[in-house]
Amino acid sequence: MHKDILICGVGGQGTVLASKIIAAAAMVEGNTVHSAETIGMAQRGGPVTSHVRIGDDAYSPLIPHGKADIILGFEPAEVVRNIDYLAKDGLAVVNTSAVAPVVESLLETGYDGTDMIDYLKANVRCIFVDGNAACEKLGSVKFLNIYLLGVAAGSGKLGIDRETILAEIESRVPEKYKEANRKAFLEGFETGSTKGVIS
Amino acid sequence: MKEYVMGNGAIALGALAAGVNIACGYPGTPSSEIIETLAKYPHEGLHLEWSVNEKAALEVAAAASYAGARALVTMKQVGLNVASDPLMSLAYVGVEGGLVVVSADDPGPISSQTEQDTRRFADFARIPVFDPSSPEEAYQMIQDAFAYSEKYKTPVLFRPTTRVCHGYASIEATDTFTPKKYEGFTKDAGRFVIFPKLSYKNHGMIEERNIRIGEDFSSYTYNTAEGATSEKAVLASGISYMYAKEFLKDHSEVRLLKVATAYPFPESFVRRELAGVKELLCLEELSPYLEEQVLKLAGKDGLSVKVLGKLTGHVPAMGENSADLVRRILEDYLGIAGTSSEREKTPTPPMRPPVLCAGCPHRASFYAVKKAMEKERTYYCGDIGCYTLGNAMPLDMVDTCLCMGAGVTMAQGFSHIDPEGKAFAFIGDSTFFASGLTGVVNAVTNEADITICILDNRTTAMTGHQPHPGTGRNMMGHQFDPVSIPKILEGIGIKKVVTVNPLDLSQAISTVRECAALPGVKAIIFKSPCIAIEKSGRTCSVSEKCINCKKCIRETGCPALTTKNGQVTIDASLCTGCTLCAQVCPVGAIGGAQDA
Repeated sequence: MHKDILICGVGGQGTVLASKIIAAAAMVEGNTVHSAETIGMAQRGGPVTSHVRIGDDAYSPLIPHGKADIILGFEPAEVVRNIDYLAKDGLAVVNTSAVAPVVESLLETGYDGTDMIDYLKANVRCIFVDGNAACEKLGSVKFLNIYLLGVAAGSGKLGIDRETILAEIESRVPEKYKEANRKAFLEGFETGSTKGVIS
Repeated sequence: MKEYVMGNGAIALGALAAGVNIACGYPGTPSSEIIETLAKYPHEGLHLEWSVNEKAALEVAAAASYAGARALVTMKQVGLNVASDPLMSLAYVGVEGGLVVVSADDPGPISSQTEQDTRRFADFARIPVFDPSSPEEAYQMIQDAFAYSEKYKTPVLFRPTTRVCHGYASIEATDTFTPKKYEGFTKDAGRFVIFPKLSYKNHGMIEERNIRIGEDFSSYTYNTAEGATSEKAVLASGISYMYAKEFLKDHSEVRLLKVATAYPFPESFVRRELAGVKELLCLEELSPYLEEQVLKLAGKDGLSVKVLGKLTGHVPAMGENSADLVRRILEDYLGIAGTSSEREKTPTPPMRPPVLCAGCPHRASFYAVKKAMEKERTYYCGDIGCYTLGNAMPLDMVDTCLCMGAGVTMAQGFSHIDPEGKAFAFIGDSTFFASGLTGVVNAVTNEADITICILDNRTTAMTGHQPHPGTGRNMMGHQFDPVSIPKILEGIGIKKVVTVNPLDLSQAISTVRECAALPGVKAIIFKSPCIAIEKSGRTCSVSEKCINCKKCIRETGCPALTTKNGQVTIDASLCTGCTLCAQVCPVGAIGGAQDA
C-alpha cells in the first residue's frame, strides 16, 4: 500500500493525536510508516500540519506537493494553506468551523472561513462536515479529532480497517472517555461513508 | 523492541545501544528530545543531566571521556558556539572513551538565530562529522560515531537537521541497556594538560590522521552511490538526499551519490565516483560545504567536471530545501518537463503569528515596565526565550535580541553611551543561569546604570519546560535546594534586588519606577509561574459596565480578549484569570478571577 495523508489544523485541536492514531493503525496492519510534524514556533493557535506517509517507497519525511491522497482538515483556511500538497484526484475532508487567528481582536481581518470554503467547493473534491456542531451534540468539542478521523476513515480513502483504527483510539484514551470517543468515531465514519464524495 | 520514535528518539536509543555512560545537554530546538528520550527508557547506570549551558555540558562529558567512559553531549547549532571554547581545545587534546557532540542544525531557520552549518565547525575544529539522512540512519550512525571516536581518540560531531530530528520512523532497538565498562582515569599531564607545545605536536598528528579517517570514510556504509553511471550525476547529503531519492526513484538512469561524512571528506570514494561524470549537482542545506570539497578535489586532480549548486545559483543560498524545491531543481538540471501541482488563485489564508499565551505573566511584566517608563527615553534589551515575543504589537517591548545572555550586557552598552537614557535587560530564569550571570558581574564591575528584569516563570518554557537550577529538580529525578536568583544577585553586589508579582500591576509599576530612578545596577525579579505548567482554573468575565473602549485589547493584546458583534468578550477556554485586563480597564468592567 502507498498512502500519503496530510492532517492540518490549528494548535489545540488535537491534530497530532489524530496523526499518531493513523500512523499506529497503519503499522498494525503491517505497513512501513513515516511521519513528521511541522509546528513552528507557535503553541496554541498556530498552524499545525502532520504528514503521514505509508509505504516502503516514501523517502521524503514531508509529502511532496501534489501527492497527498487525502487532506484531513480541521479548519478551512488550513486546508487552503496546504492545498498544493493534495493530488489532483485527492480528497479533502474539511471541517467547516472556522477558527479566527488569536490576534483577530487586534488585526480585525474579519476572517470567517467563507472565502476558503467557497474556493474549496469550486476547486477541490471535498467532504464538508460541521465537526464542531456534531461534537457539541456528542457532548464536547474535544472529540473533534476523533470524529474527523472517523469521517476520513468512512470515506474509504485512508485504506486502513475501521476496527484497527478503533482499537488504536481505545488504547490511547482514558477508560471513562472510551465510549464517547467510540461514538464520535463511528458517527464520523457513518457521515464519511454516506456523504461520499461531493465536490 | 520496535519503537516508533522521532529522529531525536532514535539518536537516544542508538546512544543507549552504544552503552553511553553519561549524557549532558542544554535544551534547544530541534535537539531537546534526545535527553528527554534517554530519561524515558531504562537507563540505570547512566548519568543524565541538563547542564547549565552547552559549555558546561561538554566539559563535564570531556572529563568522563578522559576516564574511558562513553559520553554524549546534545545541543542546537547555536549552542555549539557556546561550547566552542572547550570543543576547539578538546580537538587538540583528544579523548579516551567515545565522545559524541550532537549539534542539531536548523535550516530555514525555523526557530534559531542563524543558519550556521555544523559541518563547517567540524572542518574548523578538524574533527569528524556524521550527517544522517533519516531517523533509521541516525540510530545506526550514532553508534558508529562512538566507535570512530574511540578508534581515532577524537571528539566527533553528529549533525542532524530539523527534518531528521523531528521525523518519525520505526526503529528496531535493543531493549536492554548495558553501560560501557571503563578503565577509569589514568593521570598523564603530557596528554591532558594543554600547552602550546602539545598543541603544536598534536596539530601535525591530527592533520595526518584526518587523511586516514578520510580514507576510512571512503568505504563507510552510509557513503553510497546508486542508479546507473551517468554523465550528469547528483551529490546530496542529509535530508536533501531523501528529497532527491524521492524524485529519482522514477529516474534510475541518474547516478545519486550521498556523503554522510562531510569531514574528513571521503576523497577516494568521490574521486572513484566522479570517473566519467561531466556535471555534478550538489544538493545540500545551509552552506555549500560538499560543493566546495568537490571543487577542491577537481582542482587537485585536474578533473574536468562542472560542479553546480549554491555557488552557481542552481540551489538557493539560504533557507530549507524541500521535496518540491529539489524536484524543480532536478527537473531543470536533467531537462525533464515540469510536473508542478500548484493550484491557481487560492485565497490567502489568515496569518497566525506566534504570540505570548493568554495569561502569560511575561505580558504583565512587559506592560508594567512600559507603563512605568512612558515618559522616559528607554532601551529594552531582550533575550532568547518565549519572551522574545514581547516584541510584537501592542507591547513592542523588545528593541534588541542577539544571543543567549546578550540582553544583560547590551543594556550596559546603551547605559555607557547614553547615561540619561533608561536601559533595561529582560532575561528568563533559565537563560539567566545559562549565560546571564557573568554579564551581571560585568555590570557591577564596570558601574553600569541598568535595570535587570528577570522573568522568572520557574521553567525553560520555550523548548518544552525542562527543569533548570532554579527549579530544584534534576534529570536524575532528584530534588535539590533550588539555586536562589535573589541571593545570587545580592552576592554579586547588587544593592537593590526586588521580587514582585507581575500580575499585581500597580505594585509592579511602582517597583519599576523606584528601581529605574536609582543609580547603578538594579534587579527586579518578576515571579509568576508559566501558565502551561500551573493551571489556574480561573477565568475573568466582562460585565455590563463595559463601555467597549477596547483599551484592554489595544494595550495588552491578550488573545483571550475578543469582540463578538462589536462587544468585548473573554474567551473562557483561553483565559487563565490573570486579571491584567481587569487592572487595565478604566471603568472596572472586568470581573476578576472566578473559578471556571
